[in-house]
Amino acid sequence: MWTRISKHHLFWPLVALLLLLLFNAVYNPGFFAIRVQSGHLYGSLIDILNFGSPLMLVAIGMTLVIATGGIDLSVGSMVAISGAMACLMISRSADQNSLGAVILAIALALGLSILLGLWNGLLVAGAGIQPIIATLILMVAGRGIAQLITSGQIITINSDPYRYIGMGWLLMLPFSIFIVAIVWLFTAWITRKTALGLFIESVGANPTASRLAGIGSRTVLLAVYMFCALCAGIAGLIVSSNVSGADGNNAGLWYELDAILAVVIGGTALTGGRFYLSGTIVGALIIQTLTTTIYTIGVPPEITLVVKALVVFAVCLIQSENFRGLFLSARRSRRVPADREVSRHA
Amino acid sequence: MRKRLKLLTAVAVVMIMLFAAACSNGSGGGGGGTTQSGGGGGSQSKDKIVLGFAQVGAESGWRTANTESIKQAAADAGIELKFSDAQQKQENQIKAIRSFIQQKVDVIAFSPVVESGWETVLQEAKEAGIPVVLTDRAIDSDDDSLYASFIGSDFVEEGRRAGRWLLEQFKDAKEPVKIVELQGTTGSAPAIDRKAGFEEIIKENPNLQIIASQTGDFTRAKGKEVMQSFLQAYPDIDVLYAHNDDMGLGAIQAIEAAGLVPGKDIIIITVDAVRDGMQAAAEGKINFIVECNPLLGPQLMEIVKDIVAGKEVPKRIAVEESTFTSEEAKAALPDRKY
Repeated sequence: MWTRISKHHLFWPLVALLLLLLFNAVYNPGFFAIRVQSGHLYGSLIDILNFGSPLMLVAIGMTLVIATGGIDLSVGSMVAISGAMACLMISRSADQNSLGAVILAIALALGLSILLGLWNGLLVAGAGIQPIIATLILMVAGRGIAQLITSGQIITINSDPYRYIGMGWLLMLPFSIFIVAIVWLFTAWITRKTALGLFIESVGANPTASRLAGIGSRTVLLAVYMFCALCAGIAGLIVSSNVSGADGNNAGLWYELDAILAVVIGGTALTGGRFYLSGTIVGALIIQTLTTTIYTIGVPPEITLVVKALVVFAVCLIQSENFRGLFLSARRSRRVPADREVSRHA
Repeated sequence: MRKRLKLLTAVAVVMIMLFAAACSNGSGGGGGGTTQSGGGGGSQSKDKIVLGFAQVGAESGWRTANTESIKQAAADAGIELKFSDAQQKQENQIKAIRSFIQQKVDVIAFSPVVESGWETVLQEAKEAGIPVVLTDRAIDSDDDSLYASFIGSDFVEEGRRAGRWLLEQFKDAKEPVKIVELQGTTGSAPAIDRKAGFEEIIKENPNLQIIASQTGDFTRAKGKEVMQSFLQAYPDIDVLYAHNDDMGLGAIQAIEAAGLVPGKDIIIITVDAVRDGMQAAAEGKINFIVECNPLLGPQLMEIVKDIVAGKEVPKRIAVEESTFTSEEAKAALPDRKY
């Protein structure tokens, strides 16, 4: 029984997350406390879910891209572009509170994101450029595009319907959590209940073999990059809605790295193939919890990055089978690495 | 299939180019990159002074007002301005300064992103015989021959002003007053100096204690996120001191989300006095704002003219600044330019 639990791909990420949460609880006994505040739940855990939601969204999209053996470095820039586009449209509309204007702005922002995803997909699948280079183009140019949209300024808006995306409450929980849940469940459904997930994994595992087997690997790649861009676009809406403003410079800065880290912590290998969506969510939560921890325990800003790096290093070591093997090999004479390959799906 | 994809790629390329072109026409050159206001690149007319200006970025409303003041003042003074936006990265600023040296501009002006690491590139400017003016932020160097003059706010004094007001408010306090601080970008001059000036004053009263201090990177989003964590970790915060308005505005959202009243349950002090900040102050959400005047364009152009004319210029020029309480902000708001 124990072996089965500890072999599950979510086991070690969850252990890391629990350790982080427990550390917080020891440091600040009120950490797990959740109270009702003006009609909705309020507490550190809720904050982590709320502030972590953009990262979770970006990481879900990134998981599929990485499963195809690719990588998308442009998601951070797309977060900025999408937020900038939505805020620009709303700031231009006659009545910022009109629902129609907000829906139009959201549609335009997401449409633009999908277009950018199509661009990435065409470069990777159509032109055959290596994903890291193909998406690097938009990573660099994207911030420029975001700044062109905002004219280099921070666009401040005052729109109640738009504010609801990042700051609204539904059933006493932040609305953004529901967005993440919907995207997550949809992704899980479409990849696990249809053949699409298998297609993605086979393209990642061996593109040539899957093409010979009759899988339209180009179409799969195009779809995956567009989906990743859509996720980043939604994340951009949440980020800009949360502060009621679009900041072309700083919105989504370094999200690509956090998202890749979340995917890797979640157990998906950068080489492509098998992917774990639930692992990615746990990975994103670990990163957000770590950020919150650093604020609350009062790490001096000068050494914040070092502390973050050390924790990430420790989490990766816990994850590494070889590293754990160093400690276990004394007790167990023979290990079966292939076990991991036959472990259950997310 | 392959042909269709190639065609699609071509269409996508054209569309994105068109999109970028349309955007840059609409925005009037406000974004990144180097833009020139008039004149051909290499050949310069001898009678017109050429000023290369390397801006930090557009991280806040304050910076935007600062940029506009400089562009406006240059146009008014008939000075040709080569403007570069470093997007808050020192390497970009160093690149911009090097390119100004190559273009042989008459004077280089810039607001250093961080305090240290400027000796090499400023030495290059010195050897090329191009005088350098620092605006708004100082550099940390023993060799003050590297620049001709420094126009800007005295950040330490701004911190002291914030501290003095707080000291006055709580002079009768018998119990500890718990203060949290949102710092600016780690390592930047305003963050270091505003912190130092504030601490220097409030240590006169041992009841005033800074219980937490974190960087909010001068942005609203970070200010909100950090404040939200502070509120969870320290339930009884009395005072918030934010190094700029934008972080304060983000923090106000976090305070409201916690069911507290900004300005009443938590006293808020910020620095800058940009429009959104003044608006919040007029509404009573910010109790005290120390002004940091961004409109130094006209003063900068005067100095540039004096330097080119070979006149002696002072090494340190302070910008005139004031402070606002909620009532003063309400009165001053209608006349604010930024």
